[in-house]
Amino acid sequence: MNRRKFIKSGSMALFGSLAIPTFAYGHEKQSIDKSNSSVTWAMEHFGVTETDLKKVLTIALEKGGTYADLFFEHTFNNNVSLRDGAVNRSYSNIDYGVGVRVLAGDQTGYAYVENITLKEMIKAARTAARIATSNKAGKTANLVDKPITKNYYAVASPWEKVTLKDKMPYLQKLNNKIFDLDKRVQKVSASINDSTSHILFCNSKGTTYYDYRPMVSLSAVCIMEENGRIENNYAARSYRKGFEFLNDDLIDVLAHEVVNKTAILFKAIKPKGGEMPVVMGAGGSGILLHEAIGHAFEADFNRKNISIFSDQLNKKICNENISVVDDGTIPFNRGAINIDDEGVDGQKTYIVKNGILTSYLHDRISAKFYGIPSTGNGRRESFRQMPIPRMRATYMEAGNMNEDDIIASVSKGVFVDNFTNGQVQIGAGDFTFFVKSGYLIENGKLTQPIKDINIIGNGPKALADITMVANNDKIDNGTWMCGKDGQSCPVTCGMPSALVSKLTVGGES
Amino acid sequence: MITKNDKNLAQWALDFALKNGCQASRINLYSSSNTSFDLRNGKMDKLQQASESGMTIHLYVDGRYGTYSTNRLVKKELEDFIKNGIEATRFLATDEFQVLPESSRYYKGGKPDLQLLDPKFEKIHPDDKIALAKAVADEIMGKDKRIVSVNSLYYDGENFNYRLNSNGFEGESQTSYYGLGSNVSIKGDGDARPSDGWYESAVYFDDLIKKDIGRTALERVLRKIGQKKVKSGKYTMVVDKTVAGRLLGPLMDALYGSALQQKNSFLLNKLGEKIGSSKLTLLDEPHLPKARGARYFDYEGVATEPRTIFENGVLKTYFIDTYNAKKMNVAPTISSPSILILKKGNKDLSGLISEVENGILVTGFNGGNSNSSTGDFSYGIEGFLIEKGKMTTPISEMNVTGNMTQLWASLIEIGNDPRLTSSWRIPSLVFENVDFSGL
Repeated sequence: MNRRKFIKSGSMALFGSLAIPTFAYGHEKQSIDKSNSSVTWAMEHFGVTETDLKKVLTIALEKGGTYADLFFEHTFNNNVSLRDGAVNRSYSNIDYGVGVRVLAGDQTGYAYVENITLKEMIKAARTAARIATSNKAGKTANLVDKPITKNYYAVASPWEKVTLKDKMPYLQKLNNKIFDLDKRVQKVSASINDSTSHILFCNSKGTTYYDYRPMVSLSAVCIMEENGRIENNYAARSYRKGFEFLNDDLIDVLAHEVVNKTAILFKAIKPKGGEMPVVMGAGGSGILLHEAIGHAFEADFNRKNISIFSDQLNKKICNENISVVDDGTIPFNRGAINIDDEGVDGQKTYIVKNGILTSYLHDRISAKFYGIPSTGNGRRESFRQMPIPRMRATYMEAGNMNEDDIIASVSKGVFVDNFTNGQVQIGAGDFTFFVKSGYLIENGKLTQPIKDINIIGNGPKALADITMVANNDKIDNGTWMCGKDGQSCPVTCGMPSALVSKLTVGGES
Repeated sequence: MITKNDKNLAQWALDFALKNGCQASRINLYSSSNTSFDLRNGKMDKLQQASESGMTIHLYVDGRYGTYSTNRLVKKELEDFIKNGIEATRFLATDEFQVLPESSRYYKGGKPDLQLLDPKFEKIHPDDKIALAKAVADEIMGKDKRIVSVNSLYYDGENFNYRLNSNGFEGESQTSYYGLGSNVSIKGDGDARPSDGWYESAVYFDDLIKKDIGRTALERVLRKIGQKKVKSGKYTMVVDKTVAGRLLGPLMDALYGSALQQKNSFLLNKLGEKIGSSKLTLLDEPHLPKARGARYFDYEGVATEPRTIFENGVLKTYFIDTYNAKKMNVAPTISSPSILILKKGNKDLSGLISEVENGILVTGFNGGNSNSSTGDFSYGIEGFLIEKGKMTTPISEMNVTGNMTQLWASLIEIGNDPRLTSSWRIPSLVFENVDFSGL
């Protein structure tokens, strides 16, 4: 394919006619025949040659950099939405460019260009190269294809081949179903967002890969009115899947969920605030792990000694029945990565094993600092940003109790299982999550529904205060988006039901 | 910057869209550049530099509407891009309310330059920028033995926008920005490493405050040592000017046409009613020269004008764009405010604190949210206990909970200290009878 042809198909792809390579979907194994490899296809796609890449990497290291990488990205994003009963809005975006990163020890130089020509790439490489000052030019190895051997998101029906017309009926069905379920429904908005990224990567160690990254989400907002009072709620599912993601069962599940989550709010009150036991319901409660320990385990904070967990590696930090994982290998999960954004294989990492803090989450810089292999957590929002340690799917493994027994053990507290957002202070350890709805626990039973309250705790203390874990482990496949240093990354989280013996619950005094 | 070629390309794209099936179209062509230097303990940690450009094209096709954007600004590609966009839009259901604004509402030009672009932008040497970040770090390094990490940052950039609407609007806007900041982590009680920072920003390099940033950051973190929870209860809440915008946010979100049209606003049907206390007077002042946020037209090209949003607590206007105005059958106003000015009082923060018997000074919010339909909110906070007019115990790990309407009705005092470098000029605020949860 020559460059002009690529350009033409590149823009066509937005609406469904780019011929994508067969190795990008449907097959577990790919051809590693160099002449027909995915990397070769991707180089043609971006209009670059192996000689170009080596030249740019060499220039990137000419001021004394110790490592350099190039991250090419071509992303097609499509959104179609329904409002007031009609699917009448669409938005699409094409993003295209390459980022050049140079490391000099733990220092980073970064530049990117949107116009991928040798001249522009060299200019960006010279900018990024300035981070190094030794003037002792670094070496670039020969580029070697690193085929994706385990594809965690092989799609059956790629978005490139799907038109707006194919997606629209699902939004209409979702809308109709929600209205059918409850007479109090006033407004529904729903949308399908899909994206497809073609990633070509190479670095000065010679690692070169192509990865095809699909993503889709279906979401609905429901607004209900009861006796003049209005409430709203949101439900969504997201996976690294193709068009096969959309089906009638999903529509049915999501419609019921958003209606139930909204209706409960009319019965809910603000609880009396203060310190109390909190039972975290299975699923979205993984937000506690994400905020209370996940961020504080990201190794950039620890190598800089600014995390509250900086001195805790290999120490017991919680009950020995607790194991927590950050996992990039769950098939089709929103947080799955075949290979991270600096060429390290996607993997499953135990961050807490039987109560011991066993690993931080590493990128190349922190792995080098600690003298260990990277855990494959180096991720970036796009070619515009440098990779940093990020979570993938963060969850707690199952315990051995029944949820009912855990609830029964609490005489006065709250049960929470529906969340919107959270935040953490890495160094102080204070973390929060916002509870959209839950229940009071009175004498071991769920009683009055509650809503719209923030819960705050301190990471190490909250972790140590997890005294019971149930056997109902569950990943929440909602549209979780994690923000850090101005970069957004798709993630998921999960947890079995668990008791935290003491957290501060917002409420009336 | 936007070159003559860029403008020609935008005009070409508009014409191409109209020739190929659009009855109307709107184009936004943008370009920007940015640079940043991050120092860790006075040593370069990250340098980043980039420039980018792209185009967003709004297509109005046979009563249908779609938006498409790309950073591939090559005519040959744009032809297919636009044609395919038109084809895709034709699949959608019609939407009679999707139209361009009436041309009489557009900004017609002729007003004085808002002076948002620093002519000096290209002339500042990178070494001088790095030296500024280094000087910030020097104000902190070695000043206290509990310091574990010092970050300092210099950044700057320029943004350019060119807009064309097919029914007769052409507008150009540009702005430069500069920032200098710092964040310090210290060894606190136990394993805690509390951190805090301070930042300054400006439209002009010469207006950027360059001194005392490090010193202020260090002061702000040292005063946190010994943070603890205090007893749950009702307190007078003083909110520091640096975070007061957090409480105004949900109030502003409730005024947008998109929220009102979806009945997803706790201020629905409240125009002309008293919402806040008599102290609440809030203005939108879009035309202040050299001020961040200043503009003569909004994203639709509609001319901005000074507006009163709240007057002595009474709600005077919503922010309603063309689409939602048509849909709700009301007159449009403007899509969003530009520069918010909350009418200030005459005391500084310590003056406000000195009058509080039993209160909490909030210096930072931590997570939390507000229900857009009901105004119910709950946020994590940190700050200081106020006892008999004095800041005493540093506090953290507490929540503040309430309802936005009730909160703003209980606004009893406003400071004289808004940060003029922000487009939200909100002074420190005092509210009475606010629920805090702690011990």
